[in-house]
Amino acid sequence: MSDITEDTVRHLANLARIALTPDEVTRLTGELSAITAAVESVTEVATDDIPATSHPIPMENVWREDVVADQLTLAEALTGAPDHDGSRFRVTAILGDEQ
Amino acid sequence: MNELIALSASEQADLLARKDVSSVELTQSHLDRIAETDGDLGAFLHVSENALTLAAEVDAARANGIELGPLAGVAIAIKDVLATTDMPATAGSKILEGWISPYDATPVARLREARMIPLGKTNMDEFAMGSSTEHSAYGITRNSWDRTRVPGGSGGGSASAVGAFQAPVALGSDTGGSIRQPAALTGTVGMKPTYGGVSRYGAIALASSLDQIGPVSRTVLDSALLHDVIGGFDHHDSTSIPDAWPSFADAARIGARGDSLKGLRVGVIKELNTDGNQAGVLNRFNDALQLLTEQGAEIVEVSTPHFQYAVAAYYLILTAEASSNLAKFDSVRFGLRVTPSGAPTVEDVMGATREAGFGDEVKRRIILGTYALSAGYYDAYYGSAQKVRTLIQRDFAAAFTHADVLVSPTAPTTAWELGAKLADPLAMWLSDITTIPVNLAGIPAMSIPIGLADEDRLPVGLQIMAPAREDARVYEIGAAVEALLDAQRGARFSTLTPEYSGGGR
Repeated sequence: MSDITEDTVRHLANLARIALTPDEVTRLTGELSAITAAVESVTEVATDDIPATSHPIPMENVWREDVVADQLTLAEALTGAPDHDGSRFRVTAILGDEQ
Repeated sequence: MNELIALSASEQADLLARKDVSSVELTQSHLDRIAETDGDLGAFLHVSENALTLAAEVDAARANGIELGPLAGVAIAIKDVLATTDMPATAGSKILEGWISPYDATPVARLREARMIPLGKTNMDEFAMGSSTEHSAYGITRNSWDRTRVPGGSGGGSASAVGAFQAPVALGSDTGGSIRQPAALTGTVGMKPTYGGVSRYGAIALASSLDQIGPVSRTVLDSALLHDVIGGFDHHDSTSIPDAWPSFADAARIGARGDSLKGLRVGVIKELNTDGNQAGVLNRFNDALQLLTEQGAEIVEVSTPHFQYAVAAYYLILTAEASSNLAKFDSVRFGLRVTPSGAPTVEDVMGATREAGFGDEVKRRIILGTYALSAGYYDAYYGSAQKVRTLIQRDFAAAFTHADVLVSPTAPTTAWELGAKLADPLAMWLSDITTIPVNLAGIPAMSIPIGLADEDRLPVGLQIMAPAREDARVYEIGAAVEALLDAQRGARFSTLTPEYSGGGR
């Protein structure tokens, strides 16, 4: 269906926010080509008249009462954070120099 | 081996109820067993420090005449995919090393309410991506039956823990067979409930439309008792089925009486009953069919022509959902953070964190899933896979008009040598063909041990499938087959375990 190149994998890795090493890019390019060839068979039977299934047991309009319940406290929400200032998650700069 | 831990959970519960044994004694016996065997087996990632305290509290409650549930005081192992407030939950990944959840997963909360005793957290393929438990960031788990073999996966830790008598029961998660296939490879019982039958709240998601939490045990009744504890509606999970469920333990007890098989229509899936199965697996499967026939069951062949597309559809849907679910591991709110040198932006930190924190199999699947969801390919890959899912549901619906239950070998082979399939990820994926269609359709299915393959003397599993919401039928028929096989050999299957008689290999 498409030729997977190292550029494709680098693009996908950027979308997925994984800083792959050059070796990983090379290996995944080969693997992804083999895997996509193996999974392309799904297109053979997926004709226009077949509806898609997203969940096996369809349910609609799953609501609950609009009341506050089961909330984490601020301290609980921060317990696993790599860095915080006591009330907010702390991260490095959102924008780089060129932006 | 201590004779208490060789008992089933149900038998242990009976001793507790009669006060013939204390929960402290039982819990200590399992902790001793873990200490003796786990250096070699590698089933546990974490052993609880609270188990004996909780056991003493249950003993005190019982002594005070407080009414307790049927599994109160019985020990349990928990797959590390489930959030726990008193133990880490890593899902087998470095990116969550040491992470402790501020809340319990619903199945964990329910077993605490039932006063069961969590022994610890069990090893798994990283984020449940794998069929051999060789993709954990914390090392492999060996097969409880044969230490040179894989225990299956992703729930190899829970299966081997139960198979090696470290725990009488365990919790697993099954996205494409991660409860059933390890059960088959270790000679234990594993049940994947109907999608929505057990809450996924607090289960670290792999593929949300496929994941189900379920029980692992050495007997069908034990899985049923545990399912009764963890199952049922939970408002925290919007896909949780609101129906009332029957008692699965009652269903298993009815099945064990022996008249459930008479007149039962058993469908054999033509596409899964092929030479692609190992000879010894097919032999035991055919023996089981013979046994069913002798009991008055009617064997019918059914065809599911779209199963040939199931693995392809599954890996597109799974990777697409996983690439989205795993986006939450972004170095901001929890888990690992790796900060590159210089003046990195938050995106640079995310990229470096995910590069360092995810293993090869996880990266492979995220990249594939990102590809399947990307503009220009979405309709061809993800869209087509969802249509195949419809076709597979239709295959099952047609098959169930001819049969009350469907059966197949749980896995095409017995447990393979450690490392044997690591070099070829695609081959590993293809070995899940027997279990994957069940998840795509959302139906319940169980694996029970039915014997040993002639060529390698390793366990073989029978998969029993029923229509959605008919979990009770699975327990009834599973218990019926188990009871027949136990009567035939004059002992429970777990007594065949090499180390049961001290002769571990």
